[in-house]
Amino acid sequence: MEDDAPVIYGLEFQARALTAQTAETDAIRFLVGTQSLKFDNQIHIIDFDDENNNINKNVLLHQAGEIWHIGASPADKAVLSTCYDKTSDGRVVYCAAVWRMPSDWETGSRDSPDDSAHNPQTLELLCHLDDSAHSNAACVLWEPMGDGKRVISLADNHALLWDLQESSTQATISSSATLEGKGQLKFTSGKWSPHHNCSQLATANDTAIRGWDLRTMSQIYCIENAHGQLVRDLDFNPNRQYYLASCGDDCKVKFWDVRNVHEPVKTLEEHSHWVWSVRYNHSHDQLVLTASSDCRLILSNMVSISSEPFGHLVDDEELSEGEDNHQEDKGQEPLQDSVVSTFEEHEDSVYAAEWSSADPWLFASVSYDGRLVINRVPRALKYRILL
Amino acid sequence: MDAEADGSVAGSESEDSGRKRRVHGMLKMYYGMNEEGKAAEMAMSLDPCDINGPHFDHEVFLNKLRRECSLAELMDQETCMVKQIRSLDSDMQTLVYENYNKFISATDTIRKMKNDFKKMEDEMDGLSANMAAITEFSACISGTLQDQHAQITKLSGVHTLLRKLQFLFELPARLNKCLEMQAYAQAVRSHRRARCVLQQYSHLPSFKGIQDDCHAIMDKLAQELRQKFRDGGSSAKDLSECVELLLQLDEPAEELCDKFLSHARSRLESDLQGLEAEIRPYPPPSAVKDAPARKLGSAAAAGSPTGNTPKNSAFPSPTSNTDILEFIDRGCNEFVSSLCLVITSYQELFINHAQTGELASKNIPQMASGKLNSFVDDLAARYFSLVEQRIQEEKGVGDNSLLVRALDRFHRRLQAVTKLLPGSAVPNQGTEIVIRAATERVKQYLSALQSFYMDSLTDVRQALATPRLSAAGSGALLGGLGSGRDAPNSLPELLSSLSASILNQIKSVLASVHLFTAKDIAFSNKPYFKGEFCSQGVRESLVVSFIKFVCQSSRQFCDSVGEKGGSTPPALLLLLSRLCLDYETSTISYILTLTDEQFLVQHHSPVTPVTSLCAEAREAAQKLLNHYVKVQGLIISQMLRKSVETRDWVNTIEPRNVRAVMKRVVEDTTSIDVQVGLLYEEGVRKAHSSDSSKRTFSVYSSSRQQARYATSYTPSAPMDTNLLSNIHKLFSERIDIFSSVEFNKVSVITGIIKISLKTFLECVRLRTFGRFGLQQIQVDCHYLQMYLWRFVSDENLVHFLLDEIVGSSAHRCLDPAPMEQSVIEVICERG
Repeated sequence: MEDDAPVIYGLEFQARALTAQTAETDAIRFLVGTQSLKFDNQIHIIDFDDENNNINKNVLLHQAGEIWHIGASPADKAVLSTCYDKTSDGRVVYCAAVWRMPSDWETGSRDSPDDSAHNPQTLELLCHLDDSAHSNAACVLWEPMGDGKRVISLADNHALLWDLQESSTQATISSSATLEGKGQLKFTSGKWSPHHNCSQLATANDTAIRGWDLRTMSQIYCIENAHGQLVRDLDFNPNRQYYLASCGDDCKVKFWDVRNVHEPVKTLEEHSHWVWSVRYNHSHDQLVLTASSDCRLILSNMVSISSEPFGHLVDDEELSEGEDNHQEDKGQEPLQDSVVSTFEEHEDSVYAAEWSSADPWLFASVSYDGRLVINRVPRALKYRILL
Repeated sequence: MDAEADGSVAGSESEDSGRKRRVHGMLKMYYGMNEEGKAAEMAMSLDPCDINGPHFDHEVFLNKLRRECSLAELMDQETCMVKQIRSLDSDMQTLVYENYNKFISATDTIRKMKNDFKKMEDEMDGLSANMAAITEFSACISGTLQDQHAQITKLSGVHTLLRKLQFLFELPARLNKCLEMQAYAQAVRSHRRARCVLQQYSHLPSFKGIQDDCHAIMDKLAQELRQKFRDGGSSAKDLSECVELLLQLDEPAEELCDKFLSHARSRLESDLQGLEAEIRPYPPPSAVKDAPARKLGSAAAAGSPTGNTPKNSAFPSPTSNTDILEFIDRGCNEFVSSLCLVITSYQELFINHAQTGELASKNIPQMASGKLNSFVDDLAARYFSLVEQRIQEEKGVGDNSLLVRALDRFHRRLQAVTKLLPGSAVPNQGTEIVIRAATERVKQYLSALQSFYMDSLTDVRQALATPRLSAAGSGALLGGLGSGRDAPNSLPELLSSLSASILNQIKSVLASVHLFTAKDIAFSNKPYFKGEFCSQGVRESLVVSFIKFVCQSSRQFCDSVGEKGGSTPPALLLLLSRLCLDYETSTISYILTLTDEQFLVQHHSPVTPVTSLCAEAREAAQKLLNHYVKVQGLIISQMLRKSVETRDWVNTIEPRNVRAVMKRVVEDTTSIDVQVGLLYEEGVRKAHSSDSSKRTFSVYSSSRQQARYATSYTPSAPMDTNLLSNIHKLFSERIDIFSSVEFNKVSVITGIIKISLKTFLECVRLRTFGRFGLQQIQVDCHYLQMYLWRFVSDENLVHFLLDEIVGSSAHRCLDPAPMEQSVIEVICERG
């Protein structure tokens, strides 16, 4: 069972922002936002052809500024959000906005793929997610599995819940929460929980992780000193409502049961530098992807804390004769948490990694030098999980 | 004469005849007639020619002579015959004469006798007449005395009876007197003598009265004996006498046993209470002041039946600070010895004595020994619990010899009980207590060692903290690199003193524990102390556990406290790391060898091998050192991060100086270098290229940077920078930032610098720079280059990371106009 070679795609610019196109469930599609101070920034729409193992790209212009964070609407394929910076009067300002892709980006690119780089179409601005009181957005979170009408933006020490109205052309703050405390507190990252009817939010600031109830906009839990240093990213287990993964500058990935904020359920210490991103697989929550500035991407199999700790239960009769022995061997050895594989295709810090929304066995990662790599879960593991 | 002899002989038995003939032969020889005799003797029996033979036939003889002999011979024969006949005739005449004489004298004698007998007959007649008269008289006398004799016999019988009766009648009085004089033994003896008689004649009223009186008195006596028996004051000898008497008085033995034992129990219990009083903790201070009240209390206690003991009053204020030896001594002298005494006298009384006496039939020995055993077990259990309580109080680990001696004494004294009661479980229990005490002791030593270790760590911590405070002032005055120097100067001393004191402590603990197995200690030759105590107790649960504890606690410094990054001083981490490493290389094997030698450990059960301990120590050392690198790297990277994050890089002014934070970084790195250098060896670094001196190095690297910026800000080629850096990366090895370091200075410093610079890089990438911001970074990086290369194993690493920083900041620059290299150098050299 030879695994397919990873597919590598190089962007012209440096990049940090990556997302899967959440609303798209047929095509394997990723969105990458670039960072360049001197040129117009772009959003690359990467289509991956699984059968031919090649990549189609389309480029949309994002002239507003460097993209620090990107998010795709869960309801409308064409709608996305970015956090970007712009320089005005010698000041760097961080903003957030909701954009719509031009409707014909796909057809246009198909006609003349060579031109797309030279004459990229421009994103259509739907609305800004800023007002005078709140700026410096760190990230924008879409309501998971929602109708694409609600987003949260994290700006400085505020969490703002926006309602998008009139086909997202207008955004109003429906409620907000403010992190109080001494010093300059600032949200670095956050995640909207898909559980509890999407009424919970988790945020990270400095070394702490906080949970918020969106109905009352009040704090429900706080994991102080979740990491030794800055917490970089969070993700919720898609199947176990209290389980949360976090990563940070102490090179660790920690798994929390938010009902016990005093100690993590599990800690991984595989990276040799800061971990910038952690992502649960949407379907098989034992698969966890982490990206780090040690230029590595690590796929871990966290069976013991997954929703299927004993593996997929299979009836013996269902197995064909040939596979019988094989399966028994697998069944006998206890499943253990392990690193599945370490992907070393990147040569600079990997800042983002995402699972595809269409194919649960496929994921993309982007490193600072603009290299996007698409990888798959090793077949052996895939079959072991499935069978 | 021959014929006469023959004739007399012929009538006698034929057997004798041969002998007699021989005698005759001798006689013949004597008479010189042997020539013929010899030939005749040859055919003695039948030869008719033998002249001396019995079958002699003169016809045959004559015929034979006439036939055989010549005339001359016949003549000779004839003369010889004649000669013989003559001599025989003369012999016969002599004999006849002699016989005649004898006959005449015999006749005279007989005549004389005839006269004497006549006279005698007369006298005999007189005698018989006299005798008849005497007989007559005698019969007459006895006839008259007959009556009186019978009377006398009767009288003497009455007399004896009367004496006996008198004894009986006097018995009550006598018994009373005995009772008064307390001559109990005599009383019992008297009573025993009278008892049967009284029993037999009890149907007679008078005897009945006496018997009742006696009974009453004996009851009283018994009462008194019992009273005496019950009474605590009497001595053991008295007691045994009492018991003996009581036994003779047919008191039920079982009851006596019980009483004896209960009496003994009360005495032993008072001993035990004395011991217990010593164990009791100090009375509260108010009670001490209020002494009279206490006395009252003790008097009240004395009033109670069990508390009535002279011991209690002898020690009116029992203190728990009597040491254990004293305590055990007291226990031995008072309790154990009196227990032994009780056992001996009990056995004497009830078992040995009963076996010989009539009581043996009643199964008394069995009953008695059963009672004794349970009694001893019961009391011994209480004693043991007291002893154990006292031993448990012995928490101070200062002087073990006292405890060991106490245990030894305790154990020895129990052996006496073994001798007295061979089947008893008491000595075994005693041994178990000793074993428990020993294991407990080992545990205490372990915890003492552990707390000693933690204390010495606290001391080290303080030692590290205090000179640093003083050094900070002087360091600030001296400025520059001197700031950190004073503090770590003492690091090697601290390390050596720490490890020496730990080693000493271990040795002294081993010496203390060794007392348990000393030759002169009686229990040391128990199998437990020879085998398991050495291997499991001392080696495993003391030495190995301690080493493991050291490693464990070292690791804990990395795990728990490290998260917050500060509460453990880094110097301590470094010191502990070195300590663990030293342990790995030498100390562990030394300690274990020492232990094995001292205790002659024979490993019956598997023990932890030296290698696994060493591996553990090495792992701990590695972890500590890694953690040290992490902590120090974190301190520096926090400085760098703050400096990058808090500055407005877009609107900064043109650089004139190296930023202070970079100087701090270099200073700190230098002081860390010094600190690590104190404990770890230099380590290998890659050979510096000949141009690694400061100046040429700068030129070299800056030229490379120059090339990179040049391409990076030409608008047409964003790809080129990527290409360039990618090409560069292709040729450089991947750098693991937070990786394991080796045990040497260069590796440690390299690790710290890696962490710091990588943080710098990542922070720079998150910022946007103006023109002067970039230039400031250039200056800073150049400054770092000037000073940091010398610390690391591979200077290219520093080059590479600094290149990345400058390159990234150039990328993040709105107006990337780099500074002239010469200006940078001037600024840097100015400091």
